[in-house]
Amino acid sequence: MNNSTPLNRLGNGCCALVTELNAEGLTRRRLLDLGLVPGTKVEVIRRSPLGDPIAFNIRGAIIAFRKEEAEKVLVVQVS
Amino acid sequence: MGLTYQSTGRSTTREIFNVHNAGSELVIALAGNPNTGKSTVFNALTGLRQHTGNWPGKTVLRAEGSFIHGGRRYTLIDLPGTYSLHANSVEEEVARDFLCFAKPDATVVVVDGTCLERNLNLALQVMEITDNVIVCVNLIDEARRKKMHININKLSNALGVPVVPTAARGGEGLSELMAAISDVALGRVMPKPVLVRYSDAVEKAIAQVEPKVREIIGAHINTRWVALRLIDGDTKLVQAIQRYYNDQESKQAEAALEVLA
Repeated sequence: MNNSTPLNRLGNGCCALVTELNAEGLTRRRLLDLGLVPGTKVEVIRRSPLGDPIAFNIRGAIIAFRKEEAEKVLVVQVS
Repeated sequence: MGLTYQSTGRSTTREIFNVHNAGSELVIALAGNPNTGKSTVFNALTGLRQHTGNWPGKTVLRAEGSFIHGGRRYTLIDLPGTYSLHANSVEEEVARDFLCFAKPDATVVVVDGTCLERNLNLALQVMEITDNVIVCVNLIDEARRKKMHININKLSNALGVPVVPTAARGGEGLSELMAAISDVALGRVMPKPVLVRYSDAVEKAIAQVEPKVREIIGAHINTRWVALRLIDGDTKLVQAIQRYYNDQESKQAEAALEVLA
């Protein structure tokens, strides 16, 4: 039923839609403020050499998340 | 005798923020996301007429300056760059407290023209606190370079507030910005920000809470916004209201005593 994956698992170039946020309190608030509300399209741009952080395109802005943060954003991949 | 909140209130709450002006000068706040060129706008408007310090009691830097337009001096306060006003961080708390309690005569929200959607989140939040908002779409030269065209009129109609495109780096749009600030601050233009409508359940809750809020704090602060924050469970705001009104009351009492002495 729920085929969401954590955002950090997506490869470079993939696009996905946010389904839910696995975070509470301040972290949740920050993710929401950066535009990650359910239904938002996110594109994985690239990873830094050590794999962390990862750059995403969220609503026109390029934002870098660490693995621990990206893990909290659940998405479904879209082609 | 006439020592009412009207006559002393606004200048005493502004004193709490250490705004150094004659009390009769117009105060303009500059808000916006980080990396929108807000500081460039600030520097372009104030030139060398500025100084930096701290927000009272906080470690957050503050730049304060002034500019002259149409023979009038405007004090410009550069609020910390924030993504929102939910008081998650000291910067957000400082920005929100200033907008809410010092009640600037106009607030300019600087947004990045190449990334409007993300930036408008803050603009809408500011518009929920105060009506006197001007949206400054900066980095318009970058947008042009990326072949992005922004329909300024349409944006202005959609938001209900004046919108001015600028490329502060090159000085473009600054005189129009000053004119727009002046119009709003002097009441020549009265923006009517479009209200963000929430779900039925939330609007119903607002309808219940807002009248009570108005009873307690009057119309000094946007009551719809306060009601929303209460529904949100924002205890920090309640504490801040208590702090500022107690401060303001004791300053008013001081002022009253000085007159009697």
